[in-house]
Amino acid sequence: MPTYRTNILVCAGTGCSASNSSGIYDAFNESLKKYGLDQEVCVIKTGCFGLCQKGPIVAIYPDEVFYCHVKVDDVEKIVSEHIYKGRVVKELQLSDEDLLTHEKILDINKIKFYEKQQRIALRNCGKINPEDIDEYIAMDGYAALGKALTTMTPQQVIDEVKASGLRGRGGAGFSTGMKWQFEADQPGDEKYVICNADEGDPGAFMDRSLLEGDPHAILEGMAIMAYAVGAHQGYIYIRAEYPIAVQRLQIAIDQAHKYGLLGKNIFNTGFDFDIELRLGAGAFVCGEETALISSIEGKRGMPNPKPPFPAAHGVWGKPTSINNVETLGNVAQIINQGSAWYSSIGTEKSKGTKVFALGGKIKNTGLVEIPMGTTLREIIYDIGGGCPNNKEFKAVQTGGPSGGCLTEKELDTPIDYDNLIAAGSMMGSGGMIVMDEDNCMVDVAKFYMEFICDESCGKCTPCRVGTKRLLEMLTKITEGEGTMEMLDEMEKLCYEIKDTALCGLGQTAPNPILSTLHHFRDEYIAHIKDKKCPAGVCKHLLTYSINPDKCRKCSMCARNCPVDAISGVAGKEVFKIDTDKCIKCGTCMSSCRFGAVERH
Amino acid sequence: MKSLDDLKKLRDEALKKVEMREGGKEYRVVVGMATSGIAAGARPVLNQLVKEAAENNYNCVITQTGDIGLNSYEPIVQVFDKDNNQVTYVHVDPEKASRILKEHIGEGKIVEEYTVDAAEKANGKL
Repeated sequence: MPTYRTNILVCAGTGCSASNSSGIYDAFNESLKKYGLDQEVCVIKTGCFGLCQKGPIVAIYPDEVFYCHVKVDDVEKIVSEHIYKGRVVKELQLSDEDLLTHEKILDINKIKFYEKQQRIALRNCGKINPEDIDEYIAMDGYAALGKALTTMTPQQVIDEVKASGLRGRGGAGFSTGMKWQFEADQPGDEKYVICNADEGDPGAFMDRSLLEGDPHAILEGMAIMAYAVGAHQGYIYIRAEYPIAVQRLQIAIDQAHKYGLLGKNIFNTGFDFDIELRLGAGAFVCGEETALISSIEGKRGMPNPKPPFPAAHGVWGKPTSINNVETLGNVAQIINQGSAWYSSIGTEKSKGTKVFALGGKIKNTGLVEIPMGTTLREIIYDIGGGCPNNKEFKAVQTGGPSGGCLTEKELDTPIDYDNLIAAGSMMGSGGMIVMDEDNCMVDVAKFYMEFICDESCGKCTPCRVGTKRLLEMLTKITEGEGTMEMLDEMEKLCYEIKDTALCGLGQTAPNPILSTLHHFRDEYIAHIKDKKCPAGVCKHLLTYSINPDKCRKCSMCARNCPVDAISGVAGKEVFKIDTDKCIKCGTCMSSCRFGAVERH
Repeated sequence: MKSLDDLKKLRDEALKKVEMREGGKEYRVVVGMATSGIAAGARPVLNQLVKEAAENNYNCVITQTGDIGLNSYEPIVQVFDKDNNQVTYVHVDPEKASRILKEHIGEGKIVEEYTVDAAEKANGKL
């Protein structure tokens, strides 16, 4: 094995890949060759560093220097200055400003975004090459599988996971150990395990990043689960929309086979286990376990009533355990370090850490992993850096289309499964979307309802018809045709859908409406009674006009208007907007340099 | 792979690939690699250090820096311990580099005769 003096790690997650990190990778290799350094320095593609906002990110070890917003053109400079001459390229270095002293913080461990995080599931993301099984093994990979197979009985594995307090990270928070116990207790020797990688919440990318950054951890977690429940075949159900994750998983499966860590007689213990990928077409409902099972069997992805639960009657009619990606990402760590260690992290009823995909109106968009019990305020302000452009925070949406909004009042709630439900939202799979004063909450509810109407499979009437009626009422309200009675009607229908829908998708679909009605009823009322959208989002309720006192007759607005709705004579006559023609796109407002365009 | 021992062997071998990303080493060995350092022969020194440190599993990271500022003494190698105490070695060549690793990192003994103090004394400046 050649010895390198320096490792250059280039993020190859989806976010950074979209900003051409593969071009950066190639440029490094080329440039190193040019300087004759290719035998001394190696370049590695790695998983998500988490700080997607600052991507593409490049890390240099052992110097522990992180470069952000790197472009292909910057590579030459990093090589010639840093790698060749040892001078850090300061202008590209990731830094933070100390709020008190205004000094630059360059130590990666002291940068706010990372300081409050604790990485268990994501521990290898951004550290190892996900396409190299040796690097995973170097980080104690597959040691937990070896330990479980050679020193523990299946029941001991289940007991350890139960004692750790691990709960399903897909959102519902069911005890993972209990789930495994149910399947293990079933008679018969044909059993299955499934990894649910059908991540579909708008704005969520935790599972994708974990699969891209550390695929072997998921394979190892699945193998341990299979041993515990007595299964010999596993499926990873992943959406075809995640091409990088699919590719890395397949590489990982092939490598594990080559090393005998999957296949027959693993660790010479007589335990056989194999994993197959099943690609989904991206239907949201297939994240629901019974629909997922139907889809794996080649049927249309529609849910079935429970019971029977999959633990008794799952894929091919046999006992099956389904766990989420992140849940499985914790399993090897629990076996390696023990349930006592794991359960020492977190709150009384929610142990361990949770990964969140932080997005929306927030400075540091990205992937964060925090111990349970961290408050929303710490995530949004300390890690996320607050709302950009000095806008005021309005709400944070967790749990995607099944969850709800939380406001300023709830920001000091320590995050765990039970607290979030008590506050009117839910943990969900980990999408966290921050909204500021420019977001209209009626519009947000409408967005989620449109998503649900698209994704409803149509099998049961409450979800198929009920959500459509809800969307119609919401649309009327945003167009200024709502009535106060509608609010009560909507609320009543919401509860009816919750009580009667077949699966989790329908049962939780009304949550975004209920939660916005609860916290932001005044915004609904403003739309209905005053025919106004306070945030200035709902186009039907807006009019644009030009203040003649402020207009400098520069014609900028008229030249930028896409529909020629603005008339006037440059230099001579103030400009006017024809409200019949106006499509309310706001281009005139952003193009006017004198603030003469007003929105009412 | 048929046993935990096989896995452990593979792990120990693979660790060399990734350990520099882990931090937490006893010593940090820094080579001055600005233009003047390179001209004076810092590159073979760095390569020697990297090679030997890996072969002998010395508890240190080898890294580089820009101009240290003592150009007439280059190539320069500085050794920092965990408390950031610093020893500066001057006029280092690959041979001296191996001795520094062996004695300073391996045995915890400073190689006094290669330090900047010794050089200054010899020049009558101290």
